[in-house]
Amino acid sequence: MSAHVHVPKVNILVGVWASLIVLTILTTLISHVDLGAFNIVAALLIALVKASLVVWIFMGVRFTTSLTKLFVVAGIVWLGILILLTYSDYSSRHWTYHPQPWNKTKIPMFEK
Amino acid sequence: MADAVMPVAHEAISPEEEVYLKHHFATPGQQMDADTLGMWTFLITEVLFFGGMFASYAVYRNMYYGAFASTSRYMDVTLGAANTAVLICSSLTMAMSVRAAQLSKRAELIRYLILTMIFGAVFLGVKAFEYHSKYVEHLIPGLGFQYEQFPQYEHNAQILFFLYFAMTGMHAIHMIVGLGLLAWLVWGAYRNKFNSLYFSPVEMIGLYWHFVDIVWIFLFPLLYLIGDR
Repeated sequence: MSAHVHVPKVNILVGVWASLIVLTILTTLISHVDLGAFNIVAALLIALVKASLVVWIFMGVRFTTSLTKLFVVAGIVWLGILILLTYSDYSSRHWTYHPQPWNKTKIPMFEK
Repeated sequence: MADAVMPVAHEAISPEEEVYLKHHFATPGQQMDADTLGMWTFLITEVLFFGGMFASYAVYRNMYYGAFASTSRYMDVTLGAANTAVLICSSLTMAMSVRAAQLSKRAELIRYLILTMIFGAVFLGVKAFEYHSKYVEHLIPGLGFQYEQFPQYEHNAQILFFLYFAMTGMHAIHMIVGLGLLAWLVWGAYRNKFNSLYFSPVEMIGLYWHFVDIVWIFLFPLLYLIGDR
């Protein structure tokens, strides 16, 4: 058999499976407690940990080449750009005055 | 494999390996790395495809926070969590399938592939049941949508339900495609196509299956868990 094949150990795979199940139960339980704004943070953090476990162990990225790892990271970065730029547009729209018919427009710099 | 910067044909290639080596690759290792890199490139396009929907979810949730939070009362958290567990089990059996293929264990490979398909089918069955409940409860956006508990959100809550059906529907379509690919793998394994020298299709479809699992890992908290309950 070729030297480049990494056969994962069964106990590691089952361990990841058990962790994923425990994290699913945990995130469901946490959602029943009102933590205010922290609810979404906790839910997304747990989802992130679960996704990382799947990528690193189940998808075997730990055994892949540096080039594949770079691609995976690049994918995450591009997803970050997609969400960050979209979100920064929508969340900053009310920072500037809304265009209105010119006779109703009040431009702050001309008010004083 | 971190040192495989310049693939050179210095590895001794056995005649058995030669059978599975495409002529444009120097070594089996290079062929495997190329398969993996290509599959990941495809998966990254999938990440961005789903990412667009996740971004619109984030934007609308920020815009209509109350309406979005109110919808989680209509989601069945128990079913959602159970379905998450089912998908995680299918990911384990998929990983075990790849392992069985790597070790040339044909019977085990077929068994784990079929188990993966069963888990996938259970997931889709539960999803269909949930869709039916939404239909019965008049929660299909546009089609006689009724939101009597929160009449003030009747308009904006439909955006969430639209995203719910778009995202879980697109996820379900990926599952159906995955089931078709798994059936093809079972057929290949039945005809003894895969062994320790050639298991690339099992591993690549495995990557796809795990990716679909990851999408659900994010859909579950965003659609079912966060909100007012």
